[in-house]
Amino acid sequence: MSETTTTAPPPAEAPREKLTKKAITADHPTWCPGCGDFAVLAAFYKVLEKRQLDHEKIVTLAGIGCSSRFPYFVNGHGAHYIHGRAVPLASGISLARPDLHVFLFGGDGDGFSIGGNHLDHGARKNINMTYFIMDNFVYGLTKKQTSPTSPIGFKSKTDPTGAIDQPVNPMKKLISAGATFIARTHATQVKHMMEMIERAFDHQGFSVIECLSECVEFFPDVFDPADPKKGGSFEVIHEKKWDNTPEDELRHDVTDELAAYKLAQLPFPGVFGVFFQNERPTKNSLEKKWIETTRDKTGGASDLELLQKTFDRMK
Amino acid sequence: MPEDTSTPVLTEAGAANSVPSGTLAPDRADLRPENIQDAVIRLAGNSQDGIQTAGAFLARLAGRSDHDVMTYMTIPSTISGGPSIFQVRMGTGEVLSAGDEADFLVAFYQHSYQDHLDFLKEGGVLLYDSDNVEPNLDDRRFVYVGVPITGLTIEALGGTAKDKGKNIFVLGLIAKIFNLDAEKLKKLITEKFAGKDESIVNTALMAFQAGYAYPVGNVLTKHYRFEHIPKPSGRAQITMDGNQALAYGLIAGGVRYGAGYPITPWSSVMETLRRELPKYGGIFVQAEDELASVSIALGCSYSGYLAVTGSAGPGISLKAEAIGWASMAEIPLIICNIQRGGPSTGLPTNVEQSDLHQAIFGSHGDSPRVVLAPSTVEDCFYIAIEAARIARKYSTPVFILSDTSLATRIEAFDEPDLSKLMADPKPDLTPRQTFKPYPIDQITHHVPPGTRILDGKYPLLAGLEHDEMGHPTGSPKLHMAMTAKRRNKLRKLAEEIPVPEVYGHQEGDTLLVGWGSTYGPIHDAAKMAREQGEKIGALHLRHLHPLPNGLEKIFAKFKRIVTVEMNDQGLYGFGQLATILRARYCEPKIQSITKTDGLTFRVKEILQGVFPGEFVSARGYSPNRPVAGNGEQDVDLARSESIAQGVG
Ligand SMILES: Cc1ncc(C[n+]2csc(CCOP(=O)(O)OP(=O)(O)O)c2C)c(N)n1
Ligand code: SF4
Ligand SMILES: [Mg+2]
Repeated sequence: MSETTTTAPPPAEAPREKLTKKAITADHPTWCPGCGDFAVLAAFYKVLEKRQLDHEKIVTLAGIGCSSRFPYFVNGHGAHYIHGRAVPLASGISLARPDLHVFLFGGDGDGFSIGGNHLDHGARKNINMTYFIMDNFVYGLTKKQTSPTSPIGFKSKTDPTGAIDQPVNPMKKLISAGATFIARTHATQVKHMMEMIERAFDHQGFSVIECLSECVEFFPDVFDPADPKKGGSFEVIHEKKWDNTPEDELRHDVTDELAAYKLAQLPFPGVFGVFFQNERPTKNSLEKKWIETTRDKTGGASDLELLQKTFDRMK
Repeated sequence: MPEDTSTPVLTEAGAANSVPSGTLAPDRADLRPENIQDAVIRLAGNSQDGIQTAGAFLARLAGRSDHDVMTYMTIPSTISGGPSIFQVRMGTGEVLSAGDEADFLVAFYQHSYQDHLDFLKEGGVLLYDSDNVEPNLDDRRFVYVGVPITGLTIEALGGTAKDKGKNIFVLGLIAKIFNLDAEKLKKLITEKFAGKDESIVNTALMAFQAGYAYPVGNVLTKHYRFEHIPKPSGRAQITMDGNQALAYGLIAGGVRYGAGYPITPWSSVMETLRRELPKYGGIFVQAEDELASVSIALGCSYSGYLAVTGSAGPGISLKAEAIGWASMAEIPLIICNIQRGGPSTGLPTNVEQSDLHQAIFGSHGDSPRVVLAPSTVEDCFYIAIEAARIARKYSTPVFILSDTSLATRIEAFDEPDLSKLMADPKPDLTPRQTFKPYPIDQITHHVPPGTRILDGKYPLLAGLEHDEMGHPTGSPKLHMAMTAKRRNKLRKLAEEIPVPEVYGHQEGDTLLVGWGSTYGPIHDAAKMAREQGEKIGALHLRHLHPLPNGLEKIFAKFKRIVTVEMNDQGLYGFGQLATILRARYCEPKIQSITKTDGLTFRVKEILQGVFPGEFVSARGYSPNRPVAGNGEQDVDLARSESIAQGVG
């Protein structure tokens, strides 16, 4: 076994090719045919193509679940981590490498149950990343157990007579935790999904999108009430245009936490779009500021000089 | 107790060095100084009295004076204070352990006196606060020096400071008694309190001066002076505790990022890193829990900056799943476990070495990782650098197993030559033509995100069993091959680990084997036993997993191998290291001495364990031959104090 992986020295600056769908496609998804997550993947590819990001700077990360298989299907740097802990993994990457585009994918169990605490703290600290949660109201990978978003009455393998526990309201949870970009979308609405991903990506801070994404295997048709093709209606949030018109009075102010909370109260299937968005310094920027002021005081000393100085004080 | 407490009280024990009770000794100017090589001073009070501060000044002075020094302290587990001690052993020779008994006991309260008198050696000096302590002066084994410490401190500081400053007053007293360099001490005091209110520096100096001016020489028959033997290395000494040494070692090793969650005794490592890393352009994150902290650290490592996380046992348990991922995905990571008494919340402020098996095995599946253990405070610094080197070279999680004793004790050591040690922390983002993260016949070295892969095939880090590109596979053949790949790289590491040197006899009857903070007492014990004619050697392991190759050759030269460990003998009667060694070498002559009383090993406990039934005292042992007339009593004392629980 040799000690280093050998690769030929690379050319200095190789020309860049256009980022195509082909370039970012990896393994064929292992999802069941008809699974809502396919559409999410398609929307993500389209956004990457549209934005022409530097290929090497795209990082896709996930925890565990059907939805969390996502990174395997994207050809780019990435990691498939452990159940529920992808937010802190992504936080480390985001803080250490602000030059990267950190995308995080996962499910409702991964994000709101086992990873619920990390979601809250990622939100409160406002760590820069784009987090897309494919909410199917069920545990897909482990084959139909009750999830934290399963509605009361849902018959699963762990609640054969119907779920009895109050489900999490993701929007409310995120608002109270302090996420700075909170949106909701639906996997059948590719254009809307793309718009939400782009806006989340452009937002500086902890951006979370909850996407209703049907598990055709274990909770089919549950999102039909919001799918116009299945006789439902897809109600989008009308955001304020600040145009001083009487109509604008009725529109939603995305910086208004209480208004967002009221939208989150609406009965299922509720509304879609940006619930809340505000500007608050990210942890990334606050840490950077601390580093800069600290380094200013050191007068540009090298690492060696800094440590030597500390040791001199301990003599 | 005499009425007039401002007059020093003197009572001496024994005929040999007797000065009639109550008679003042001649003025100290007439006394010939007694040169000493070594002194153990135990300060016993309450933690809010600042005895740690006073002790730390002594330790730092020793460091600045080329003396070897080692400290030992107990931390009360109550928040608002409570009984606590700080012990300093200073010497001109090599100081290996904090000392089995004290030459000097400073008792601030009656309970300090009662709880620690047994620790004072016969003929030792009890320096007590006569405002608070009433010793039994009829016990003629000790020299009694009563000083109204509280009253004189209040007097010296003018009342408003109450008795805050007692610690510095006592420091002044000790400086006088031991002929310490008062100017250096005053400089240390000024440095320590500089930056605060100037009145604080002045108050401290006043308290010191008052203690130093006290005519303690009137009551002591000797005044002590440390022999000055310049250190052969000629390098300056630096003084710090084990957690500081660990934190600075990590920085020297090129660690710039990390995350943690507070827990005793790990917290001070993270506090130091949180404060220091921004100077170096890095970040240490206080996370919401240990699951998050290990995950954040893994994120930093994945992004190209080798990172650290740490905790004590309970927190390490929470990190276990993520460490399994690090093993599977082959991510470099440093995990510090500052061990304490367990399981569960256990003895949170006491010392134990009971997490060795957790470090080696604690995850799920076959998840190879590296385990190292520092032996001294100085070694905490160097082992951190070693851990960083190994983590990078083998792309693997590396444990550093320290413990409460190393974390809190202060030692002086030769200033490291940083210019030869500093590692470059920067990630290498050089574009690659093509890249496989998991080549089956090579050691994995990940490329950090942000690296262009020119053939367009990007690597994925996977917790699922994977192929060479990181994509999932259910192939049993690949799982076997990848499992072997992850294990074989550590076999490769074993080849490069130097075989540790045996201290003492290179062959003979007994080989003591230790790991971690027991280094000092084990080596002192071997030294003492050798002086008594035993054919004994001592071997200390810094690399615990993988073990260095070639230990079997050393083991073959001794009739019995005895590990000395602060953990339980377990169901099958062997300490955790002994269990590993027995499994590795199939050698029935490997035995162990274990204990779980939450305190560091005393030399005599080790000697008693190794030579059971023979006379053992703190100053040595002699096979079946009680020495002095009062030997019986010593044996009893040794027995009642030794809590060696698992000899077998
Ligand atoms: C620590 C741990 N506990 C449990 C599991 C088993 N597990 C895997 S995925 C999953 C639930 C996934 O549900 P969700 O996050 O909603 O994803 P989905 O499959 O529905 O997309 C569970 C319980 C695991 N992998 N790790
Ligand atoms: S089980 Fe459900 S969530 Fe999982 S792939 Fe199949 S349809 Fe999708
Ligand atoms: Mg789900």
